Amino acid sequence: MAKSIDVSDLNIYYGDFLAVEGVNISIKARAVTALIGPSGCGKSTFLRSLNRMHEVIPGARAEGKVMVDGQDLYASDVDPVAVRRQIGMVFQRPNPFPTMSIYENVLAGKRLNAKKLKKSEADDLVEKSLRGANLWTEVKDRLGKPGMGLSGGQQQRLCIARAIAVEPEVLLMDEPCSALDPISTAAIEDLIHDLKSDYTIVIVTHNMQQAARVSDDTGFFNLRATGEPGQLVEFNPTKKMFTNPDNESTESYISGRFG
Amino acid sequence: MTDLDSKPAETHLAPLSHATLPGWAPWATVVVGLVVGAIVGGVMLGGGVVATVVVAWLVVVLALPLWSRAVEGGRKGTDRLVTVLVWSTFGLAMIPLVSLTWQVVSKGVGILSPQFFQNSMAGVLGSGGGIYHALMGTLIITALATLISVPIGVLTAVYLVEYGKNNTFSRIITFLVDVMTGIPSIVAGLFAYALFVAFFGPGVKMGFAGSIALSVLMIPVVVRSTEEMLKLVPADLREASYALGVPKWRTITKVVMPTAVAGIVTGVTLAVARVAGETAPLLLTAGLTNYVNFNPFDGRMTTLPVFIYYAIKEPGIYAEEMTAYAWGAALVLVVIVMALNVVARVIGGVFAPKTGR
Ligand SMILES: Nc1ncnc2c1ncn2[C@@H]1O[C@H](COP(=O)(O)OP(=O)(O)OP(=O)(O)O)[C@@H](O)[C@H]1O
Ligand SMILES: [Mg+2]
Repeated sequence: MAKSIDVSDLNIYYGDFLAVEGVNISIKARAVTALIGPSGCGKSTFLRSLNRMHEVIPGARAEGKVMVDGQDLYASDVDPVAVRRQIGMVFQRPNPFPTMSIYENVLAGKRLNAKKLKKSEADDLVEKSLRGANLWTEVKDRLGKPGMGLSGGQQQRLCIARAIAVEPEVLLMDEPCSALDPISTAAIEDLIHDLKSDYTIVIVTHNMQQAARVSDDTGFFNLRATGEPGQLVEFNPTKKMFTNPDNESTESYISGRFG
Repeated sequence: MTDLDSKPAETHLAPLSHATLPGWAPWATVVVGLVVGAIVGGVMLGGGVVATVVVAWLVVVLALPLWSRAVEGGRKGTDRLVTVLVWSTFGLAMIPLVSLTWQVVSKGVGILSPQFFQNSMAGVLGSGGGIYHALMGTLIITALATLISVPIGVLTAVYLVEYGKNNTFSRIITFLVDVMTGIPSIVAGLFAYALFVAFFGPGVKMGFAGSIALSVLMIPVVVRSTEEMLKLVPADLREASYALGVPKWRTITKVVMPTAVAGIVTGVTLAVARVAGETAPLLLTAGLTNYVNFNPFDGRMTTLPVFIYYAIKEPGIYAEEMTAYAWGAALVLVVIVMALNVVARVIGGVFAPKTGR
């Protein structure tokens, strides 16, 4: 039950600071959308506004429309908790729960919401999620050990497993591979491919090849000038973006001439 | 550009090894210092132990850095000097602690016996009494104070950190907590006494009033320490939980509190240890009795500090026995407080988030 996301005229603020301005974008269901752009241009900020994680930061707010399946996420009667249950997220920095074992970390989404699971169901879900995140073989013998005891890359894959264990309809990934080796990166990219049939995926990446490999559509964010808000400069099918972009700055960014 | 083949320049390299003093050098200096101190300070000046130690210290603080400077060079010499000074201040700080412990143990250990823990002072004149009543009073009153303070303190801290977010109300609370931290304990006692007088009439004495007075002292400590611990929980963890669709209150109870629990429990235990030795507020509220009283809501209830106070201040004709009781009770009190500190450390270790490599 993947869902499409239509964003119109979205302005995102940190207090008085306008970080991202006037975003219009249509993210297709059952597709991978990549967001690229130089550091500090507001990719993470935009991503977080898609599941109402942005407002968790004191003073942060967003104005505009984010329509998911015809429903505006920022309508006054929408419960942000319900939104986040459907739109999962993997963060730029791995953040496993330090008090929980690997096993409990994967089940955190269910357990923290007081969902009752039979032991066998729980075991299956843990295995399936960890396999999905390409972590199963490495940790299957120490599921009871603390999640913090894993390496940085393993922790990131644990967080991915944790996010897919709740089976969201949309998965937002903020540079999920920035701490990973090429093998795990390839595994995550395979995973993204597999997940695409069921989920809508939005991924922020600094890796052009990765954007080209995994995504169907690509959005390029940029700052008009330093100190000015970030904006979505171009949004097109990935193929077009990487061969024949509409915008000059997109081309120079992709070909590595700036940013 | 980097050239991987070129060898690092071999000139300009400072030698990596220097002449060093042998490992026994500091001890040798101390021994020499003590000998010189004994001869010069102890015998020639006739100053006894104090002069010996002072002269020995002067010898060490001069000789070791100068010796080191001559052999090892200036930086090491300074290092030795600072090391000596740091150890000296450490030793200075240990003097009161060690002598206090020594006093309490040496004077208090003689009276300890099963009888001392089983008997109260009911009808006791001279020997044969015990501190059972005061021990129970301390345990009951402190436990009640903890029961009152912990929920209030922890929930206040949760409000301040998780919900208040520096709004006006939370700033007022923080200010009031700061003011409460500075309240002298006798004033807390007066407050509790006045409160109970308003309900029960003048002269009222009961254990629960003492618990209230202690709570007034404990709550700000619990709030402060819990607040600090909650602030240490990284925002990333809260976000991870929110992103899984977990509501805020569940995030607080299931993610934030478990992560911070070690520090919170340690803070609470230290607060308990702190108020367990309070005297002044309990003099006013719980009073003195020679009898065992298990009911904190009815009648006087003695605690160890109050018992010690009266045993020294109004010993009557059996001054010698009462002084012995006081030292015994003091020893028990010190042991309780130390045990609480140990418990706090153990709990902190048990609950601390594991990295478990
Ligand atoms: N918590 C915050 N409070 C205030 N300003 C913030 C906060 N987080 C980010 N910003 C600002 O918002 C702008 C966009 O930041 P954002 O993190 O979205 O960049 P990004 O595109 O994700 O960069 P990167 O590629 O380095 O992750 C930046 O100017 C940043 O300084
Ligand atoms: Mg970012």
